[in-house]
Amino acid sequence: MKPLESTIGRMPLSLPVAAPVKAPVATHCPYCALQCGMNVAAGADAGTGTVAITPRQDIPANAGGLCQKGWTAGELLTGGARLTTPLLHGEPVGWDEALDFVADRIRALQAEHGPDGVAVFGGGGLTNEKAYLLGKFARVALRTSQIDYNGRFCMSSAAAASNRAFGMDRGLPFPITDLAAADAVLLAGGNMAETMPPFVRHLTAMRDRGGRLIVIDPRLTATARLADLHLQPTPGTDLALALGLLHLVVAEGRVDEDYVAARTNGFAAVATSVAAWWPERVERITGVPVAQMRLAVEILADASRAAILTGRGAEQHAKGTDTVTAFINLALALGLPGRPGSGYGCVTGQGNGQGGREHGQKADQLPGYRKIDDPAARAHVARVWGIDPDEIPGPGRSAYELLDALGTAGGPRALLLFGSNPVVSAPRSGHVTERLKGLDLLVVSDLVMSETAALADVVLPTTQWAEEEGTMTNLEGRVLLRRRAVAAPEGVRSDLEVLRGLAVRLAGPDADGSRGAAGFPTDPREVFEELRRASAGGTADYAGITYERIAAETGVFWPCPAEDHPGTPRPFLDGFATPDGRARFVPVEHRPPGEDVDADYPLYLTTGRVLAHYQSGAQTRRIAALNAVVSETFVEIHPDLAERLEVSPGQRLRVVSRRGETEGAARVNPAIRADTVFMPFHWIGANVLTNPELDPVSRMPEFKVCAVRVERVG
Amino acid sequence: MTRLVVVGNGMAGSRLVNEVRARDKDMKVTVFGAEDWQPYNRVLLSNVVAGTMLPDQVRLLDPSWYADHGVTAMPGVAVTAIDREAQAVVTADGGREPYDVLVLATGSEAVVPPVPGAERAVTFRTLDDCQAILEAAATARGAVVVGGGLLGIEAARGLAGRGLPVTLLHLAGHLMERQLDAEAGLVLQETLTELGVRIRTGVVVEEIEEHGVRLAGGETVDGDLVVLACGVRPVTALARDAGLEVARGIVVDAEMRTDDPSIFAIGECAEHEGMVYGLVAPAWEQAAVVADLVTGADKTARYRGSRLVTRLKAKSVELAAMGETHVDEDADRSTEVVRFSHRARGTYRKLVIRDGRLVGAILLGETAAVGTLTQLFDRGAPVPGDRAGLLFPGLSGTPVADSPVRMPDAAKVCQCNNVTKGQIRACWESGARDVEAVAAATRATTGCGGCRDAVEGIVGWLCEQEGVSA
Repeated sequence: MKPLESTIGRMPLSLPVAAPVKAPVATHCPYCALQCGMNVAAGADAGTGTVAITPRQDIPANAGGLCQKGWTAGELLTGGARLTTPLLHGEPVGWDEALDFVADRIRALQAEHGPDGVAVFGGGGLTNEKAYLLGKFARVALRTSQIDYNGRFCMSSAAAASNRAFGMDRGLPFPITDLAAADAVLLAGGNMAETMPPFVRHLTAMRDRGGRLIVIDPRLTATARLADLHLQPTPGTDLALALGLLHLVVAEGRVDEDYVAARTNGFAAVATSVAAWWPERVERITGVPVAQMRLAVEILADASRAAILTGRGAEQHAKGTDTVTAFINLALALGLPGRPGSGYGCVTGQGNGQGGREHGQKADQLPGYRKIDDPAARAHVARVWGIDPDEIPGPGRSAYELLDALGTAGGPRALLLFGSNPVVSAPRSGHVTERLKGLDLLVVSDLVMSETAALADVVLPTTQWAEEEGTMTNLEGRVLLRRRAVAAPEGVRSDLEVLRGLAVRLAGPDADGSRGAAGFPTDPREVFEELRRASAGGTADYAGITYERIAAETGVFWPCPAEDHPGTPRPFLDGFATPDGRARFVPVEHRPPGEDVDADYPLYLTTGRVLAHYQSGAQTRRIAALNAVVSETFVEIHPDLAERLEVSPGQRLRVVSRRGETEGAARVNPAIRADTVFMPFHWIGANVLTNPELDPVSRMPEFKVCAVRVERVG
Repeated sequence: MTRLVVVGNGMAGSRLVNEVRARDKDMKVTVFGAEDWQPYNRVLLSNVVAGTMLPDQVRLLDPSWYADHGVTAMPGVAVTAIDREAQAVVTADGGREPYDVLVLATGSEAVVPPVPGAERAVTFRTLDDCQAILEAAATARGAVVVGGGLLGIEAARGLAGRGLPVTLLHLAGHLMERQLDAEAGLVLQETLTELGVRIRTGVVVEEIEEHGVRLAGGETVDGDLVVLACGVRPVTALARDAGLEVARGIVVDAEMRTDDPSIFAIGECAEHEGMVYGLVAPAWEQAAVVADLVTGADKTARYRGSRLVTRLKAKSVELAAMGETHVDEDADRSTEVVRFSHRARGTYRKLVIRDGRLVGAILLGETAAVGTLTQLFDRGAPVPGDRAGLLFPGLSGTPVADSPVRMPDAAKVCQCNNVTKGQIRACWESGARDVEAVAAATRATTGCGGCRDAVEGIVGWLCEQEGVSA
């Protein structure tokens, strides 16, 4: 299949490349789910010398753009913060010593506490190969049900809502370039101008054509500034807002009746339920003026092609699944999903947030987006793994529940952690840190000494993006190829090698069999071949995807069941992935946040990102150019609130919630609501405060709203 | 098992039943409704009159809801008496339904003024009324609406929107006199007049005739459809006959309990601390309290009264009013009033502030501030020192990015790659003369691409300066 052409033009750009270099390697950025295409050219003394990065022109997602994170990513490869030797209780040791120690401890702890005494925590930044093999390692080598990953903190609400509406969760079920050709885009709780700047090129192209952008965000973010209409709700009220918008669609006769009749089920119950959400009621809850809601509906309903997108702002709530469902209901009533050029999509965050949620590092899931409690799925995967289906454990605890159980009676005594930094990124992180300290064994695989690695009994130095091969599935569901551009430093091993090393040790006499070396290849291609078989016939079917095809086609959209299948850029055009092919309307009701403001904690806290940093900052905080932009956390506060609290810009503030307190410098900014403060979460701090109340369906914690008070320090 | 009987299946009663079921799947629940309809959303009746919604679309519960949730619904069955001794209600057809807990949600009824010919007019209260109005409107040549309160205005606006000549008659000196001060009433009147509603204030209706309304003084206002919107009164006869304490409404305590501990009253028929609320929000709050109490979900639940926010629902008329709006600053020196009036544009904004808290407000015309003001009022939160920013939200917004020419050198032009104007100037000084050259040297414009115009502007301006100085 021919690669999709960019609809937003190419960049007239030829940037100087530092010499001398080897031929550049076409790969992708190490950071977010946009997975910008980039060329990485290593200096002659690869591994220590210069690395030059330039944007690729052939990847539609970034169409030749890169943000500062991408441009400076080479520093990750050459910087001095890199771990290059295993550490055992802080002391450098050889690999055999480290792995022997880990395997011995696992055996001892499992002998005492059973298989579930050992847990695994993965990450949405791991390649598909690593995520797949990690899930297999947990079930086959450790035989534990206790595996989950940090993607639970990212896209799980949108995933759950998409699954129940469409029978499939593919972040954007259409190529990102469709956005540029839309007439309207509604973005609920996303700030791509900071999180994935080249994404904005598609929105700008849409607006240049006369399309209109609506942004829902409690802050006037860099993205909201680009919008034709910005709705600024009270944190925790996006669900009410979505219900109000759907009420107006019904009240003003803008429902696409033919589409609803032909392609959906369950509209009547939803129409009745939103009758109770008339706009004036919603206005009082959200603070969004009725006139703005009417305008939003008019823009969306007038568009012949429109997309509704959600981001973490709408999803990271104890009602995140229902909030996304409400936006999906809105999209369905307007007849958008499964129409060329229109649709609903989730803007996935982590680099492999899409692929990472498909291949079995989630507590309730097996490869190919299969359910772990589905007998047919278990039989299929067990066949690929060469074990008996009954040997596959059942579903385990979700991410926060897993972290919360560590070291407790009945909880896991050991944790193996890959590609995550929960000391910074988990909700109620002070408590989570205590739980990690309560373990008998903590093993962390990482590139650098992250805050979580610093607590570990054993630290394993691992390879990173440009030192390894593998596949990443971007926010469009397009499977991409990560290529090796530089040699890894001496002493560093890939996670695949780590998993094999442990599996062989744990398998004992069967070390060469399916539970040992044979079951845990270290060549990513070999792992991918197995992943193809394991995913075959599943929802996320990769059976027809090969490294060669990805290279030739600059990416392949799943589902792709056969090598002669072109891949599926728009999976819902002919029908949804439900048993009857129809999308499902699901009635949902708004409720207040898990923790509302009161006299003691009178302000809302919401959290988010800044442009210069990625996730827990373990990588970006170690890059000088990025740290120079923002080097520490801060508290964004409205001038009216600042006046009331007698706070001047730069004043040190203490922010206190029921779970802890942290400090940061005041940034006085009218871009935020006067009843809300904002903190970025790339440092230990914001998540000390956040509320771990979980969504009943997705088990997503309520990162985006909790009650705090703010005090001046000194 | 507790037997719950609810009398009234309107917005309060149906909400209560729903809230009870959400907390308790097993309680035996029976609900009586005087109207034949499934419970519907009274708030949306103006939309039905205006023709933007069909009667079918204002339903609050699907017909199947009751069966699905094990609730016995008796639509169209009137309850005629309460036998408190036997703890049972008696229906018009002579049936008896025993209760352990009885909730009265009988609502209110339209007031019909005692004038001759009143029977020729239609009230505006129920879905049946709406049907009658719509039927009459289909053939009428003109309409007269009597009563310039919230409902009367919504009805008049809706009928005018259907192309019918409409005259609105109001007894008081200005419209919505309970919520608005005189000036706001006047601005509203002018706005409605422009939308085709003829308005007469300070007039007394003497008689409703066959083709119009005769006013005191003998003048006749033509119109073959006459709609009465003269207010409502709580329906309390059932409670009164049963010997419950009734003032204007059925008197209840903070648990919404009447003086009979097994009988509650909620919604527009109830009187709490001297207040009878005519809006939905208080009724729904009360329903939640009673549901918490009768199911035992939260035995400490109490109703503390509601703050009232009135929003007019009429196309092209934006109006919000809340709290105390009739304040005499001279008489009450502790109260601060901030006011902006621009009659020519149909704009009127007023804030009433006491002890640094917003205690009342009127917003008419442009209502961008309504969300902020409502929430300040609801929460009793302190208002910012800059009162003008509250009336004009744009004023306190972020200043629009200045022209690239006047930016200071330290201003960041490219956010994505952290490039300042100074760096672009330095780049220009070392020879870059177009965006591509600046991008190659600084990476400006290579992220989201949004600063391209700004970079172009700066480079162009620098080149121009060069030309000037050369």
